Amino acid sequence: MNYRGPGRVRAEEKPMPEILHPEDCIVKVLRSCICGSDLHLYNGNVPDTRVGSTFGHEFVGEVVELGSEVNKLKLGDKVLVPFNIACGKCSFCRQGLYGNCHESNPEATAVGGIFGYSHTAGGYDGGQAEYVRVPYANFGPTVIPEGMDLDDAVMLTDVVPTGYQAAEMGGIQPGDTVVIFGAGPIGIMAAKCSWLFGAGRVIVIDHNEFRLEFVKNYAKCESYNFKSIEDPVQFIKQTTDWLGADVCIDAVGAEAAGSAMQTITGRKTLMQAGSATALFWAINAVKKGGIVSIVGVYGPTGNLVPIGNVLNKGITIRANQASVKRLLPKLIDHVQKGTIKPKALITHRMPLRNVSDAYRIFSDKLDNCIKPILIPPTVKE
Amino acid sequence: MEKIAKGIPDIKDWGIDADPENDPTYPMKPNRTDEEQNGYTWERSVQQAETVEILKSTERPNLSAVFGTSVPPKGLSGAIRRYAYKNSEGQFSHWLPLLIADRVNVVEGIIDDLKKGKVPNIYAEKGFNAMWKYNRKAAIGMIAANVAAVSALGLFLFRGRIFNEGKSVKKALQNYNM
Ligand SMILES: NC(=O)c1ccc[n+]([C@@H]2O[C@H](COP(=O)([O-])OP(=O)(O)OC[C@H]3O[C@@H](n4cnc5c(N)ncnc54)[C@H](O)[C@@H]3O)[C@@H](O)[C@H]2O)c1
Ligand SMILES: [Zn+2]
Ligand SMILES: [Zn+2]
Repeated sequence: MNYRGPGRVRAEEKPMPEILHPEDCIVKVLRSCICGSDLHLYNGNVPDTRVGSTFGHEFVGEVVELGSEVNKLKLGDKVLVPFNIACGKCSFCRQGLYGNCHESNPEATAVGGIFGYSHTAGGYDGGQAEYVRVPYANFGPTVIPEGMDLDDAVMLTDVVPTGYQAAEMGGIQPGDTVVIFGAGPIGIMAAKCSWLFGAGRVIVIDHNEFRLEFVKNYAKCESYNFKSIEDPVQFIKQTTDWLGADVCIDAVGAEAAGSAMQTITGRKTLMQAGSATALFWAINAVKKGGIVSIVGVYGPTGNLVPIGNVLNKGITIRANQASVKRLLPKLIDHVQKGTIKPKALITHRMPLRNVSDAYRIFSDKLDNCIKPILIPPTVKE
Repeated sequence: MEKIAKGIPDIKDWGIDADPENDPTYPMKPNRTDEEQNGYTWERSVQQAETVEILKSTERPNLSAVFGTSVPPKGLSGAIRRYAYKNSEGQFSHWLPLLIADRVNVVEGIIDDLKKGKVPNIYAEKGFNAMWKYNRKAAIGMIAANVAAVSALGLFLFRGRIFNEGKSVKKALQNYNM
């Protein structure tokens, strides 16, 4: 996959990746996904996204080459690769903040390295490809447990941990009302996981009817279309005894719809780091003393959010890139026991050579798309 | 706690109400180690060799132990990026030039394609087939917008020739190496 500019990607031959560090390995990709995060790149909203880059931070594959110091993997191992590149040794990694590693991104200190996610996230080529260079192979890649479906495994590289962490950061206490903005894969997973923390009520807000219907069944929660509600904040207040939700989760990020002013300043003219409509709603709809958990991704400059209300309401904001490696042991167990069934979210399987159409379908939410996966030509299914 | 307290001036009752469960980043830090108090002292992996030009944030002293090597800075966009990386991540003069460089890079990408004898199929790259199949209205809108843009450009160039403004257009194109 090769990025050519906003809205333009194509499949193209590129040179084989090489081992550049003794702790690298090369992975032959068996499946990769397109993520809501890729849309920020696709739309040209992330600074330092260079033409010629390969995206893709959600992939599973087979180890085909090992650096001289890799001793935790062997050739032929089937691995799932967390989207964050983490050394496991810096003080951030040692505290479980694997999404904030200090030794994987020379270009910016504000974010750790991420596969296929612009030079602002380290300048790595990603997994929407046949082969990928995977650094810190002794630490990141995790051998896929015997019997686990590769479709479930690929969802453990990002979607499941991110949805889970969204709920975890919400500090959900038994009985809490949790409102989730966004019924994409991340919002759907956050809704599912909110129950695991003991939520009393889970409400999802979006404007895509198909996804709203899906999440209602998949996560057994309430779901509402913000297009048919005049004012989502007022609606949430009304339905929570006029107090607001205990926890609001932003699972939308920079491509949010729903406010012309935010869309024009955030998405069309890039005067702010993406459209902050969902975050705006989340801050205003949460109870006083409540928690806003942000997993929706925004750019590095700044956004129009009602920070005065954060102060006046005494809100706690928690946010991060998901710490995939920290959560994997628990979440692999949840998937193996059937507590979470992630592959149900995959609606489209497309050959990697159709990557241009796959991006269009996912970006415009065409053909009732929730999660598309790309299959490289070297893989026979 | 004790370790942190060491470097702190003698403040009466310092830390008596500290509650690890109330760390706003909890449960992100289940095992708070206080290691960041030691500064940048951890054992690093060997340093990856800098085989291509890497632009480094001014907010760190060194390159990270590993880094990506895709698409090193090049051409006009590369020059703008080099400038941007002179400013820290806290400044607009870092991020805005990068966004401008990204746009310049798109034009460079098309020139690169043409130089290789490849005319980029922008419709296909934009996933026009999928749009045509699942959202006919948007697909037709895209064609209409492109027709309008091409006619406007044609008109501009034509008018430019009549009023002898062609030179400035040509010059601009030369600057782009076209
Ligand atoms: N923090 C992390 O580690 C992490 C990891 C993965 C994804 N993400 C981010 O999570 C977000 C969601 O990812 P995804 O894959 O589910 O994306 P997606 O594009 O599939 O889903 C986003 C959904 O939000 C809906 N939406 C748009 N505006 C809205 C609004 N104002 N209110 C409510 N819903 C609205 C859209 O209709 C869409 O269904 C993205 O910003 C992505 O970058 C973060
Ligand atoms: Zn992702
Ligand atoms: Zn680290």
